[in-house]
Amino acid sequence: MWCGCRRLLWGRFPTVRLPRPPPAAAGSGPVGPGGGRAYAPPAERKRFYQNVSISQGEGGFEINLDHRKLKTPQAKLFTVPSEALAIAVATEWDSQKDTIKFYTMHLTTLCNTALDNPTQRNKMQLIRAAVKFLETDTVCYRVEEPAALAELQKNEWDPVVAWAEKRYNVAIGSSTSILGPNIPASTKETFISHLASYNMWALQGIEYVITQLKSLILSMGLIDRHITVEKAVLLSRLEEEYQGFCVRRQYR
Amino acid sequence: MAALGSPLQTFRGLLRELRHASGRPYRDTPAYQHIVATFRAHRVTSQKLCRAQQELHFQAATYLCLLRSVREHTALHREYHGKGERSPEEVAGLVGFRLPQQPGGKG
Repeated sequence: MWCGCRRLLWGRFPTVRLPRPPPAAAGSGPVGPGGGRAYAPPAERKRFYQNVSISQGEGGFEINLDHRKLKTPQAKLFTVPSEALAIAVATEWDSQKDTIKFYTMHLTTLCNTALDNPTQRNKMQLIRAAVKFLETDTVCYRVEEPAALAELQKNEWDPVVAWAEKRYNVAIGSSTSILGPNIPASTKETFISHLASYNMWALQGIEYVITQLKSLILSMGLIDRHITVEKAVLLSRLEEEYQGFCVRRQYR
Repeated sequence: MAALGSPLQTFRGLLRELRHASGRPYRDTPAYQHIVATFRAHRVTSQKLCRAQQELHFQAATYLCLLRSVREHTALHREYHGKGERSPEEVAGLVGFRLPQQPGGKG
């Protein structure tokens, strides 16, 4: 029985083609080496190019790996609208040593998302997804105890909320209830129309920032250059930082 | 505006990160040339009068944060990330055994 099964497998071998990315595509084609996952790039691959350079094409700036043009996972030509961004992406590719670690290439990944739009959302859907975060915005969600954490949240988060309310002329507030703050519709409308002034590239980035920080307010603070990245992340992780502080204090 | 540090610190930090990232010939990279040219063109000083200067400095500081974070994350990953399971041969070797050789292959 076993030999029979093996013959079946061998018989099928010539017709099975191993999926290989076409030579022109530096990213992976739609089928990754792990099997049929539609949009998953391979985890690691050997560096197969010597030089990384930039050129300007019709749609914008392109990245060249040796003589090949970089493509997105969906095999579109990789074009970015700004030269600085193209240089940063080229630097990411150039920084790879023996193996290409795709998980370190964040700008490349974001550009791929902007170009391919794998979740296939239009501008309005992106904006609504972003503004929806306001209902569960981290800096509006307060605890009642422990008192030290509640105090920390008040001291660190109140200024940012106040800044956002003043800057956008809206009412936000904060809440200790499990349902979160009650955001008036006019506030949401203000943010929707503000975000509508950004193009799709910017919106993809903004929506990503909001999802990572779990806060629309902190993201707007970052975009308006009111707070730095380090500060935004610190404020987003306030509770974890507080818990780390408690643990360290316990073991002193 | 939150503390950004001086533009000079950001500039030096960026050059340091680029040096770590690319290896010896980092002065030829487009990133190095672009950063030097941009900073020189805007002649970033410690005066906080010019809005374009502020924007540039903030963007530069954000990019510096990205480069630093990626480098630190890679180091952490290299140090602590799981290397995967040991093979059966290695596991046997841990206690001084060797796996038996089966001439016909495993049945």
